[in-house]
Amino acid sequence: MTHQVRDLTVEGLSRVEGEGAMDVILTDGELTDVRLRIYEPPRFFEAFLRGRAYTEPPDITARICGICPVAYQMASCQAIEQICGAVIDQPLRTLRRLLYCGEWIESHVLHIYMLHAPDFLGASSALELAKDHRDLVETALKLKKIGNDIMETVGGRAIHPVNVRVGGFYRVPTKRELLPLAERLRWGLDAALETVRVVSAFDFPDLEIDHELVALHHPEQYAITEGRVVSDGGLDIEVAEFMEHFTEEHVPYSTTLHGRMIERGRYLVGPLARYALNYDQLPPVAKEAAVEAGLGKVVRNPFRSIQVRAVENVAACAEALRIIEEYSEPDRPAVPVEPRAGTGHGATEAPRGLIYHRYSIDEQGTILTANIVPPTAQNQEAIEADLRKVVAANLSLDDHDLQHLCEQSIRNYDPCISCSTHFLDFTVERR
Amino acid sequence: MAALPKLAVWKFASCDGCQLSILDCEDELLAVAGAVEVANFLEASSAVVEGPYDVSLVEGSVTTPHDAERIQEVRRVSKFLVTIGACATAGGIQALRNFTAVDEYAAAVYAHPEYLSTLETSTPISAHVPVDYELRGCPIDRGQLLEVLTALLHKRRPDVRSSSVCLQCKHRGNVCVMVAKGIGCLGPVTQAGCGAICPSFGRGCYGCFGPMETPNTASLSAALQAGGMDDTTVMRLFRTFNATAPAFEAASRAREKGDGQL
Repeated sequence: MTHQVRDLTVEGLSRVEGEGAMDVILTDGELTDVRLRIYEPPRFFEAFLRGRAYTEPPDITARICGICPVAYQMASCQAIEQICGAVIDQPLRTLRRLLYCGEWIESHVLHIYMLHAPDFLGASSALELAKDHRDLVETALKLKKIGNDIMETVGGRAIHPVNVRVGGFYRVPTKRELLPLAERLRWGLDAALETVRVVSAFDFPDLEIDHELVALHHPEQYAITEGRVVSDGGLDIEVAEFMEHFTEEHVPYSTTLHGRMIERGRYLVGPLARYALNYDQLPPVAKEAAVEAGLGKVVRNPFRSIQVRAVENVAACAEALRIIEEYSEPDRPAVPVEPRAGTGHGATEAPRGLIYHRYSIDEQGTILTANIVPPTAQNQEAIEADLRKVVAANLSLDDHDLQHLCEQSIRNYDPCISCSTHFLDFTVERR
Repeated sequence: MAALPKLAVWKFASCDGCQLSILDCEDELLAVAGAVEVANFLEASSAVVEGPYDVSLVEGSVTTPHDAERIQEVRRVSKFLVTIGACATAGGIQALRNFTAVDEYAAAVYAHPEYLSTLETSTPISAHVPVDYELRGCPIDRGQLLEVLTALLHKRRPDVRSSSVCLQCKHRGNVCVMVAKGIGCLGPVTQAGCGAICPSFGRGCYGCFGPMETPNTASLSAALQAGGMDDTTVMRLFRTFNATAPAFEAASRAREKGDGQL
C-alpha cells in the first residue's frame, strides 16, 4: 500500500545559538518520530583539557560558548577550588555574582528581544522588528549593553572575560568604576519591568508540560552562582552528588549527549525550573512584576518562558544594582589556590539552565579528567517531548504554520547548541 | 537608490562568540543594518536572501568532511570573504586535536565515537579557499569589525594595525607586567586589537589574537624561561587559542618533550 507522504525541509533553524536539525516524521497522519538532531562539529573540550594546568579551565572552557562564557568560568573555578580546599571570600563571591548578573542581562535580553520576540510579533528578526517597533529595539539594545558593560567592567570584556581566575579575580574593580553602572541600572530596572509588560501582552499557544524541574537552590538568594541541586520531584543533593543521579547518553543522531535522571528519565533545566523552585528567593520587585504579569508561582507553559525570562531579567538588574550600591573593594582580588590531588564539582545557573563541571587533578595540578554537562544537553529530551505534544495537538495546521510553531517551541528553551555542540536544519516529513 | 550591499554570516566549528560580537554592537547595530542588507544571518534572522553576497563573514574552523565541502560553496557565493576570529583564521582552540590522534579524543568524550563524523584536524578557512581579509581574536574586537565593514562600504583599506599588544599596552599607560611583576606575557609577540586588556587587569597576555606580523617567539620563550617558567608552561601558553598559527605552533613545538604531548 502507499503511504501518504508530506515532506518539507527548512535549511537551518534560525535565531538559536548554534546549528542543528529537527526531524518530524508523520506516517498517515500519525506522529511516528521526533528528533532534535544536533550535528555541530564536536570540539572535544573534555579531551584536550587533560594534561592542562588546573589554572586553565576558566580561560579554556569559556570558549565552549560565546553567549554564556561566565557560566563555564564560574562552574570550572568552583570545581577546582573544591579540589584544592580553597574557600573564596564572601566579597569575591558577591563580585562573581555581579559578573554573572551581567551575563544574565546580556543573554536574557538577547533572547527575549532578538531571538524570541520576533516569533510573537510576526517578524523575521529584531532588525525587521526595528522598522515598526524602533523604540522597542532601541530599548532592548540599551538594556543589553548594560549587561555587557557590567561584564566589561568586572571581567575585562563581554565575550570570554579575561579577569576571572581560579581563586577569584586578577584585579577587582574600584567603586568609582562601578558607580556609573548603578545609574544606568536604575534606568535598566524600569526598562526590565517594562519588558515584562511588553512580553506579557503576547499571545501564547497552549501547552502544558510535566517534565521534572531541576535547578540550583539557595535559601537566601535566587540561585545563580551557588546552591544545592533540587527538583520538584523531591531531589535535594549536593553538587558533588550530581553524577550519582544524572547520566548522559550518546544517541546516533546527535553530537550532544542526552541528559537523563537515573531511573526518572527526562527533566528540564532553565528559567521555568529555576522560577518554580526558587520563587520565594526572587527579589520583591521581580515578584511584583510576576504577579502583575499574572504568572503563578509555577509556570508550565514553555511558550511563557519569555515572561519568566523577563522576570528573571528584572531580578538580575535588581541584584546587580544592589551589589554595586553595597560594594566596597574586597581586601584581596583572589585567595591563593595551591594544587592537590582529587576530584571536584561545580555547578551554576547559566542563563539557559544548570551547568555542571567535574575535574580530577593530580598533586602537581595537572588535569587528569574533565566532565562538562551543559544545559542544552540536559534539555534535549524535554524539547523533543514538547515537540511531540505540539505536533500532535496541531496536525490540522498546514506545513508552514506547523513548522513555525515547532521552531518557536525549540526557541522557548533558548537552546545554546554551541554549548552542547551544534546545527539546525528542520525537516517535517509526512508519510 | 542603489541596492544595499548584501551581508552574510556563516558559522563553522566555533562558540558563536564572534558572530555574537555583531549583535553586541548595540550602539551601531541599527546603523549597520541601515547600510547593508543582512541577507543571511541565521543566528539573528529567519529571513534568508539568496546569494551571491557582497560580503561574507565566516566564523569557525573546518573540522568535518561536510564543512570542508560547505566552505567551497560559501566561497562561490561570496564576493569578499572575511574570516572572523581565531577559529576561522587559525583553527581555534579545537585545533589542539591536531597535536594528537583525534580518535583518542572522540573516545574520551563520547560513548560511541562511531556516530561521529569528524576530520583529524581543525583547519582555518584559508587552508581551503582564498580569503580576502582576516580579522583576529578570540573573540574579535567589535571596533575592528565595525572598521572593516565601514572600510568595505567605502571601498578603502581597513585601518587594522599589525603591531603587537605591547604597543597598545603602552598607549594605555600600563606598567609592564612582565618587567615590573615578573608575570609571563605573550604581549610582545601577539597582534594588537584587544586593547591590551589582560595586562590592564594585571595578568599576562594569553595570545588570543594570535601572532603579530614579525614575532620573535624564540626570544620571548627564552625570557619567559629566564623568568622561571618551565618548558611545559611555555608550551601551553603558545598552544591554546591560536595553537596552529604557524609562529605559535613552531614556538610550542620547540618546547615539546618529543612525543607531542603536554
